[in-house]
Amino acid sequence: MMRSFSLALLLILISTLAVAGETVVLREDCPPGFELTRGHCELRTLYQLYESLQSAGVGGLKTGLPEHRDGFSPRETDLGRYLFFDPVLSADGSLSCASCHDPNRGFADGMGRSIGITGAPVKRSAPTLWNVAFLNSFFWDGRAASLEEQMLGRLYDPMEMGNTPEQLLASLNDIPAYRALFAQAFPAEFTNAAADIQLHQIYRALTAFQVSLVSLNSRYDQYAHGYAEALTENEKEGLNIFRSFVARCAECHTPPLFTNQQIAVIGTPEPEGLPFDPGAEVPLNEPTQRGGFKVPSLRNIELTAPYMHSGRFETLRDAAEFYTKGRGHAVPEGEDLMIHWHVWEPNLTDDELDRLVDFMKTLTDESFKPKMPENLPSGLTPAHNTLAVAGDTRIGGGQQ
Amino acid sequence: MNKLLITVGAVVLLAGGYYFGQSNRPEPTIIKVPEAPKAEFSSEGAAEVAAAGSATASIRSLETPTSGEVIIVKDGESIQEAVKAASPGAVIKVMPGTYKETVYVDKDNITLSGVIEEGNYPVMDGEGVRNDAVLYSGNGFTVENLYITKYKGNAIMGQAGNNYIIRNNIIVDTGVYGIFPQLGKNGIVSHNIISGIEDAAIYVGMSDNVDVVFNEVYGSVAGIEIENSRKALVEGNYVYDNTGGILAFITPGLPIKSCGDVIIRNNFVVNNNHENFAIPGSLVSNIPSGTGVLVMACDDVVVEGNIISGNDSVGITFTDFTLASNAATDPDSDPYPNRPVILNNIMQNNGNNPAPVVRAALAAMMTTTGPDIVDTVGLDDGCILNPERFRTIGLGKYGECDFSTTMNVASYTLPEPVPPRSKEHMETGKLVYYGVCAGCHAYNSRMIGPPTQIIQALYMDNPEGIAAFAANPDKKRPDYPEMPPQGHLDDETLMAAAEYMLKIKK
Repeated sequence: MMRSFSLALLLILISTLAVAGETVVLREDCPPGFELTRGHCELRTLYQLYESLQSAGVGGLKTGLPEHRDGFSPRETDLGRYLFFDPVLSADGSLSCASCHDPNRGFADGMGRSIGITGAPVKRSAPTLWNVAFLNSFFWDGRAASLEEQMLGRLYDPMEMGNTPEQLLASLNDIPAYRALFAQAFPAEFTNAAADIQLHQIYRALTAFQVSLVSLNSRYDQYAHGYAEALTENEKEGLNIFRSFVARCAECHTPPLFTNQQIAVIGTPEPEGLPFDPGAEVPLNEPTQRGGFKVPSLRNIELTAPYMHSGRFETLRDAAEFYTKGRGHAVPEGEDLMIHWHVWEPNLTDDELDRLVDFMKTLTDESFKPKMPENLPSGLTPAHNTLAVAGDTRIGGGQQ
Repeated sequence: MNKLLITVGAVVLLAGGYYFGQSNRPEPTIIKVPEAPKAEFSSEGAAEVAAAGSATASIRSLETPTSGEVIIVKDGESIQEAVKAASPGAVIKVMPGTYKETVYVDKDNITLSGVIEEGNYPVMDGEGVRNDAVLYSGNGFTVENLYITKYKGNAIMGQAGNNYIIRNNIIVDTGVYGIFPQLGKNGIVSHNIISGIEDAAIYVGMSDNVDVVFNEVYGSVAGIEIENSRKALVEGNYVYDNTGGILAFITPGLPIKSCGDVIIRNNFVVNNNHENFAIPGSLVSNIPSGTGVLVMACDDVVVEGNIISGNDSVGITFTDFTLASNAATDPDSDPYPNRPVILNNIMQNNGNNPAPVVRAALAAMMTTTGPDIVDTVGLDDGCILNPERFRTIGLGKYGECDFSTTMNVASYTLPEPVPPRSKEHMETGKLVYYGVCAGCHAYNSRMIGPPTQIIQALYMDNPEGIAAFAANPDKKRPDYPEMPPQGHLDDETLMAAAEYMLKIKK
């Protein structure tokens, strides 16, 4: 209670100031990677030159992408950008979406497990938001089917942003600058002065911004589109190990998205001291999926250490090495997991592990990284740049 | 291992016991004379190949287009160097000799062709240390006339290339799979001789429109496996001395969930009694030795005209995922092998020495001989011709098939290559402009580079100028950073982007 009260007070003070400032006008053009077509932003990528088998969006180099979300207006997208960076979305104004999905940290947070509003680490690590437009399930255990559904968990979980729908609406409706921005983004729903900001508008704008985070211009992509010189010899060797049937990485981290979007039980260890995470067993209510997690995309993976669902591995090399240390080698005693058949004993050499890391680093591309707003409509200071220092728990995924 | 097999055994046991109860009273054979001609076989694949003009084309007329460029690789040289130098349409001829390398082909329309002299093949030797012999992702790839041995992974592995031809290769002891095309449409795997593979000798994974014909596969865990694929014809293969002969599977947990429209026709499936030496944890580690044809969860499989003999456990098995007891359940994959079709096959001498798991199931039925055909699910949508000829379990609900042959479908491959481009026909120039250029150039606002409007004013009617600059930029303006070169896009693509850039108005 104290917390929300103080946030409300703070906002009244600040928004009074903000009114005096200049009015924000939402962008009329689409983010990079999108064409403005009849008022909507539609994705454009060279991968649209290609087909994929059964339109599944998995395959090899010149393979079409999976189905994606797009079609939001430029203003909805830009409004989503303001909301994304604004800590006003959390119960006490201390966390924004960007706190755990920091554009300067690959839209993750550099932590094994993210720190929520209570200051305690949450259960799992924050996945990157790059290329979420192409995903068909969300959370490590795949329990949400849309970004809209996913964000409810984040906004209203008492361990995460700790807000409530009522308070979120009240906070935003109390800020004239936001009322003005929502009216720009949703003109059909703001036909009179009494119209309020509504929840579905918030969710839509945040979704619009997130689907604009497209990363498909890495050096790997240049190679895939036919430019053989885009990769060094070591990196090409890494690609061949990656897709070989010895390492078998590409069987689940399948191009072009470098995930096949399935749940896989691979048996990675938790950080020391943490209990075993049953993963997808819980939402699927399926014992054979115990310890199953979504196969994450490897795009921009270089930027999002530490790795795995709770950040056990600090480096890409450690993560790669896991797969050659023996099928089920890290499964705790007493757990009988249905380890995925592609997890076997490939006996990769040290050199091969190095080459795999070389290759994974060719998947980095931030050319469409969005800009953080210079001023937030709430008048609050962006929160995401300061938190990571305080909560830096890279090693071991959060002993604090 | 044995826990898994025991689990399977128990399930088979239950199913078998149940059907034994039903089929315990032998009925007198009824002599039937056909009253009317049967219907013609029809399927989605049959319709697709007919629409593509298969009636007027010769069978399997698919060819890799060639440009006239020929590159000859001699013993002591590198095949990969030739691939690097090759342009699409090139034919790479590999002379007899020994080649110790991994060859990867990420270009379209490459033919990799061995030259055989007096029985001497070019040999690719993995020496037990290299991963795969040939990897391809390009469309229109042909690989033929190679002898491949001692690789750790696969001999020939494709990821997403369409219109492939893999023929006349000899593959000996190459690890996991011999030939493994995956995620491609329209391919031919023919006249290969493959042995000593610890999973499937020929493994067609997540593919459409594939013919696997006239191959000899032996001494492997699985002979030929069609997995999560549609429109596959497996015909005229000689499949012997494997643990299991010919398999059609759904593997749960893959991104393409369906398997169906598979014809297994006119093969020799004999004496597949090899000890199972699969990698622990793999799906094929569950196959009982002595398995002829095994269909797990794959729909609309037709088994016709095969000689299936001497397989010591069971001739033909239709089953669900109980066989895959070591894999996590996939709620999105249907476990039943729906609408099985068993046309006339020659079956003899099967089930004479069943694997322990099958033996245990049979014991409950007070028999020691495995059946010709078993359906462990007891499907009610299957059909069989002349069921009285065979020893069967679980076929009590099968009806009479309404067609007697699939021979009206000569091939499931398409006579012409699948087009390489997307159906959407989106302009390349537009895709490059928004997909690449827009990272730095917006229409009328400053981003990293100057606005498109300014570029339009500077280069009016001069797209060549834009393309040339983009390929090789220098620092033009003190107020902007230097542009990174876009030479990764070829001249044609850059021109298309430049032309598009000049014509947009917003």
